[in-house]
Amino acid sequence: MTQDEMQRQRIESICAVGLRVGALSGVDPGALTFCFETAVSDTPLTGAKLEVEFVPARGRCRSCGHEFEAEDFLFLCSKCDSRDVDMLTGQELDIVYLSKP
Amino acid sequence: MSEKVSVEKKVLSENDRIAAQIREKLGAKRIVALNLVSSPGSGKTSLLERTLDALNGDIKMALVAGDVQTENDAKRLIRAGGMLVRPIVTGGACHLDASMVSNALNQLDLTDVDVLFIENVGNLVCPSSYDLGEDMKVVVISTTEGDDKPLKYPSMFRRSSAMVINKVDLLGLSDFDVSKVKDNALGINGGLRIFEVSCRTGAGLNDWYTWLRELIIRKKRNET
Ligand SMILES: Nc1nc2c(ncn2[C@@H]2O[C@H](COP(=O)(O)OP(=O)(O)OP(=O)(O)O)[C@@H](O)[C@H]2O)c(=O)[nH]1
Ligand SMILES: [Mg+2]
Ligand SMILES: [Zn+2]
Repeated sequence: MTQDEMQRQRIESICAVGLRVGALSGVDPGALTFCFETAVSDTPLTGAKLEVEFVPARGRCRSCGHEFEAEDFLFLCSKCDSRDVDMLTGQELDIVYLSKP
Repeated sequence: MSEKVSVEKKVLSENDRIAAQIREKLGAKRIVALNLVSSPGSGKTSLLERTLDALNGDIKMALVAGDVQTENDAKRLIRAGGMLVRPIVTGGACHLDASMVSNALNQLDLTDVDVLFIENVGNLVCPSSYDLGEDMKVVVISTTEGDDKPLKYPSMFRRSSAMVINKVDLLGLSDFDVSKVKDNALGINGGLRIFEVSCRTGAGLNDWYTWLRELIIRKKRNET
């Protein structure tokens, strides 16, 4: 997919891919970095680095409006104990940028 | 000096696009679509066999069964009376993606179908990221697993709408604590609908059937 984007933007080589990874994206940044480096060898992306921006899980309480970081993925309002909490961030899995050398 | 070119694109945007097409197609036909996820062996196929046995004839079901190598699950579902069953052999992939489901659905006659069950590959990690156009994910967990599963796989439990605790006939044989697993799951997702069942004895399955019927009625009325 990064290669599609390179074609579209007419980029010939890149030295890094910027990725945004949410805490609840279902992706482990460590494993991903390893996979990426393995996957890109012998492709036009050889040598490219993965630059991961990690996004913590945050929630907003539907009862009182309080916004908080969901530590340990606990979506329990730290003000009023409500469990009716919308997820604000944490599901991201986006390519943010490509870096040209 | 390196130069950054902005992209801002979801990694799974292509999958999401196809999933949206599936959702539109099923929505127009008023078909409830459930994506069943679990660790390997928690009882997804068993739950579907039971459901076919109890509700076949009463409600019309289509079933898509994903498996890494075999078509065994699809065969079990056909033996259990499933009339509209398609296997998806992923050939190694540890999850279903929307294009696989879309292809399988193109091979099924969905006329008058009330509910589509998609049995995902047994895996609690990758399937959480892949939207298949379902209305809801249903996560199945069995009492032979650890009661800390929700804490280990929070993404799946957060994205599921219901949790089926299966194999309650085996409670007491391990240190699995039902109230602990519920607490752990509800902490991550306070909106989870929880069922406690045994596909072996049939215990608790009536609540599951009732819930399915309610979903179908709501879908026909076009409520969500
Ligand atoms: N004791 C007991 N065994 C069960 C129950 N439900 C399923 N099993 C057994 O658990 C095993 C796995 O069940 P399946 O239904 O194949 O599980 P699955 O989630 O479809 O498995 P995969 O598709 O391989 O991920 C089978 O041997 C079932 O007979 C239950 O409620 N109690
Ligand atoms: Mg199965
Ligand atoms: Zn609150």
